[in-house]
Amino acid sequence: MTEKKSKVIELEEVVVKFAGDSGDGMQLAGSLFADNTATVGNDFATFPDYPAEIRAPHNTISGVSGFQIHFGSKLVISSGDIADVLVAMNPASLKANLNNVKYGGTIVVDADTFVGDGITKAGYTNSPLDDGSLKDYHLIAAPITSLTREAQKELGCDNKTADKCRNVFALGIIYYLFNRELESTFKYFETKFAKNQTIVEANKKVLAAGYNYAENVDANKTTFIVDKYPLKKGKYRYITGNSATAWGMIAAAEKAGLELYLGSYPITPATEILIELENRRDLGVKAYQAEDEIAGICSAIGAAFAGALAITTTSGPGLSLKSEAIGLAVMTELPIVIVDVQRGGPSTGLPTKTEQSDLLQALYGRNGEGQVVVIAASSPGNCFNFAFEAAKIALEHMTPVILLTDGYIANGSEVIPVPKLADLPKITPRLAKANDPNYAPYRRDEKTLARQWAIPGTEGLRHRIGGLEKENITGNVSHNPENHQLMATLRDEKVQRVADVIGDQKIIGDQEGDLLIVGWGGTYGALKNSLDSVKKKYPAKKIGLAHFNYINPLPKNTEDVFKKFKKIVVCELNFGQFAKYLKINLPQFKYEQYNKLKGLPFFVSELVDAYSKLLEE
Amino acid sequence: MENILKLTKEDFISDQMVKWCPGCGDHAILTSLEKIMPQLGKKKEDILIISGIGCSSRSPYYINTYGFHGIHGRALPIASGAKIANPNLSVWVTTGDGDCLAIGGNHFIHTIRRNMDIKIVLFNNEIYGLTKGQYSPTTPLGKVTKTSPMGTIEEPFNPGELVIGAGGTFFARSMDMNLKTQEEILLAASQHRGTAVTEILQNCVIFNNGAHAYINDREHRADRLIHLQHGKPMIFGKEMNKGIRLSPNSYQLEVVNIGENDITVDDLLVHDIHQEDRGVHMMLARMKAPDFPVAVGVIRSVIRPIYSDLLIEQIVRAKNSSTITNADELMQSGNTWNVE
Repeated sequence: MTEKKSKVIELEEVVVKFAGDSGDGMQLAGSLFADNTATVGNDFATFPDYPAEIRAPHNTISGVSGFQIHFGSKLVISSGDIADVLVAMNPASLKANLNNVKYGGTIVVDADTFVGDGITKAGYTNSPLDDGSLKDYHLIAAPITSLTREAQKELGCDNKTADKCRNVFALGIIYYLFNRELESTFKYFETKFAKNQTIVEANKKVLAAGYNYAENVDANKTTFIVDKYPLKKGKYRYITGNSATAWGMIAAAEKAGLELYLGSYPITPATEILIELENRRDLGVKAYQAEDEIAGICSAIGAAFAGALAITTTSGPGLSLKSEAIGLAVMTELPIVIVDVQRGGPSTGLPTKTEQSDLLQALYGRNGEGQVVVIAASSPGNCFNFAFEAAKIALEHMTPVILLTDGYIANGSEVIPVPKLADLPKITPRLAKANDPNYAPYRRDEKTLARQWAIPGTEGLRHRIGGLEKENITGNVSHNPENHQLMATLRDEKVQRVADVIGDQKIIGDQEGDLLIVGWGGTYGALKNSLDSVKKKYPAKKIGLAHFNYINPLPKNTEDVFKKFKKIVVCELNFGQFAKYLKINLPQFKYEQYNKLKGLPFFVSELVDAYSKLLEE
Repeated sequence: MENILKLTKEDFISDQMVKWCPGCGDHAILTSLEKIMPQLGKKKEDILIISGIGCSSRSPYYINTYGFHGIHGRALPIASGAKIANPNLSVWVTTGDGDCLAIGGNHFIHTIRRNMDIKIVLFNNEIYGLTKGQYSPTTPLGKVTKTSPMGTIEEPFNPGELVIGAGGTFFARSMDMNLKTQEEILLAASQHRGTAVTEILQNCVIFNNGAHAYINDREHRADRLIHLQHGKPMIFGKEMNKGIRLSPNSYQLEVVNIGENDITVDDLLVHDIHQEDRGVHMMLARMKAPDFPVAVGVIRSVIRPIYSDLLIEQIVRAKNSSTITNADELMQSGNTWNVE
C-alpha cells in the first residue's frame, strides 16, 4: 500500500453505516469492519438494524438492512445517530438512510445499481447520482457490481457467485478511507472459508480491488485516521448484549456453584441468548427449547424448585404469556430470572425494532399483589453485569427477578474488558441444610426476609409448595384472611429490602442544579452523549443525568437525587412508563417528559432540542 | 439401599387433611400411589410429585414426598424442568382430563414426544370437577352439562390415542376402584424409563356420578372390560369365552366367541406390550363400549431413549470435545486482544 495520500485528517470519532438489501451481506461487512476496528485499538459500539422479513422484496425500502458502527479515539458508548460515512448498495438503501448522513459526509454507492427500476422502486424519479441532490456530500459512485465481477474473472466465477462479494468490495473502499490494513481480514477469509480456496481467493481479491479502486480514483482526496483509544492495560473483546446476557448467567451459575438451566422459546430479539446457551453444553448448561413461552418459564420454575439457577428468556409478547407463571414464582418464592429483551409493541408490533414499553408490564403485569425485582441493563457490555446481578438477587433473596434489555443493546455490541470470575462478587444461594430441625418452607431470614431453598433430594426436608396462598412459616395451604394479608406484605417487603444491597443512584455531570435528565435501560449511551452536548451548548447551566438500572425497588436515595434539581425530564422510548412509575412512588416532584416511539433509539440532536426548550423556558 | 427397602406406605402419608368428597374415586388412587411409593427403589427424598389445577391436582399435598402444586395445565413443563435439572428424581405428575388435555394439551403431547422420564397419572372423570360440572375434552358427545345445556357438540379425546399418536412409549389404563390392577400398572409405569401415562377412569360422585358405570357395573364388567396382559391371549367375559382377534377381512379388531365358527384361543391376538409398531396398540386403546370391551392394564410399553439421558450424553460429548471448561475460558475465547 503506497503512501501517496495528499490529505489525511485525524478524527476523534466516526460513525459508518453499511446499508443494502437484506441479503447483500451488510451485517457481515459491518462485523468485519468492527473486527478490523478492534485491531486498530479504537473504542467502538455497533448496532445492526434489519427488517423483520428474511428477504424482503429486492430493491425496496422495506428490504433495507443496515449495520452501524461508531468508533473513536475517545470512549464510545452508543452506536451514534448521524453517519459520517454511508455505504449504500442500492438506491433504496440510499433513500432510507440519507436523512441520517451528516452534511458534507461521505457516501459510497454501487453506481451499477442506479439504473432502471432500482431507481423507481426506491421512490426516485431520476437517479440521485445525476440530479445534483447529493452535492452536499462527498460522493464515491463506484461501479461496485461490475468491478467485483471483473476482479474475480480469472477465478472463473459466474456473475451470481461473484456478486456475493459486492459487500467485500465496498468494505475495501472503507478500508482505504480509514487507512486500514487488509491482512487481518485476509486471515479471517482463510480461516472461515478454509474448505474452499476459490472463495478465499475471491474475497481477498475483491477486498484488495475495492481498496485499490478507492486509492486510484480518490488518491488526491481525503482519508481519515482515528487514533487508538487509550484503554487501560488488559485484555479486551467486543460482545453483543445478548451474548453478554448469556455469559453473565453462566458466570453467575459458576459463582453460585449451581447448574444453569434455561427454559425458553425462540422470539426476536431474544433468541440469540437461547442459541448462545444451547451452544454451551460444554459448560454443562441445560438449555431447553420448550414448546411455548409458558412451558419455557414453567420448566424454569420446575428447575428452580429442583435446585438449578433457572432462567427464561423472551421478548414482550412472550412476557405477556409468562405472566401467570411469574405469579407462581412470586407465590412459591423461588429464584428465577426472566429476561425480557424489549421490542416495539403492542402485540407482534415491530419485532426487530427497539422500544422500552414493557416496563409497566414487568412491574405490574400479574394478577394479585405480585411484586418482583425489576432491573435494566443499559449497554451491550453491562448486560453481562446485570444478568449476573439478576441471578445474584434471585438466589440470595429467593425472588423472581425480571431483567429488562432491549433490541438496541441486545443486538448492538461494544468493547469490554474481558470479565474475570475472580473479580465478580460472591453468590450465596439460600440452600437449606439436610435434616435441619428448624426448617420450615416459609421461615424467613430476618434481614432479607428470604425463605430457605430446600431442594428435592435434601434429606429430612420434604415439603409441598404451590400457587395457593401459603400459611406463614409452615407453607401449608391457607385461606385465612389475616394470613393472606401478612404473607402479601412479607412478599412485598422482601422485594423492597433488595434496596439495601443495590447501592445509591449516581448522578453523572453536575450533582445539582437546573436540569436533571432521567432515563433507564438501553438509552444510556444516547442520554450520556446528549448530556455532553447540552452542556457544551449551555456552559452556564448545571445539568446532570440519573440513569437508572434498578427500577423495583428504586435506589434508596432517589428522592435526594431528584431534590437537587429545579427541573426533571424523563426520557424514554415509550409514552412515559417510567415517568408514571415515578409519579406513583415520588409524587412530590414534577416530571417533564421526552418520549419517542418510532422503533428507533434516541438521537442526540432531538434530545438536546428537548432540553434546550426546558432550559430556555 | 437398606433404608429404601424398609419404607412403608406410612412413610408417604402426609399430615394434611384430605379434602376430597366422600366416595370420590381419588381416594382409591391416593391409596394406590401411597402403596407403590415404597416400591420405587428410591429414597423418599428423591420422589417429586407435581400437579396442575383440579381435584386430582391436590394429591401432592396428601403424599409425603417433595411436592409442587402448580398452575392450570402446566404441571408437565414444571415437571420437565425439574427432571432435566435433577435426573435422579422420580418425577410424578397427577392431573385430570381438563388440566391435562384442555389447557395442558400442548404440553401433554410434547412431553410424550420428547419421552421425558415422567410418570403421568391422568384422573379421567370426563368432567370438570373443581370448577363444578362443565364438560371436559373427554366428555362424551351429546352429554348435557352446565356448559352444554343442549348436549356437547364436540367429539371427545381418547387419551390413549393421543399418547400413542404422539409417539408415546407407555400407556396403561385402569378403573379407580380396581386397586389390584391399578397398583400393578402404576408399578409398571414407575419402572418404565420414559413418559408413562396411566389413565385412571375415575368417578366424580358429585358432577358425573356413574360416568364409567356402564363398563364398570359389577354385574357386567367381566363382559365390558378386558384386562390385557403381556404375552397372554386377549380373552374376556364372564365365561371367559370371548376374545379379540384381528379380522382377516378388514384388518381391524373384532370380538369373537371362542368355540363358534371354529374359532379357538389360537386365533386370538396375543398381547405384546413391546410391539414397536403403533397399529395394534392404537386399536386396543380405542376400543370402546358397546361394541368392544374397554381395555385396562398396560397397553403399550416400548423402549426409546429418554430426554434427560440424551441431554446428558450431549453434555458429556460437548465437554470431551471442547477446550472451554469454565466461564473464564469462555470469556477469553474467540476474538480478544491485549492492550499493553
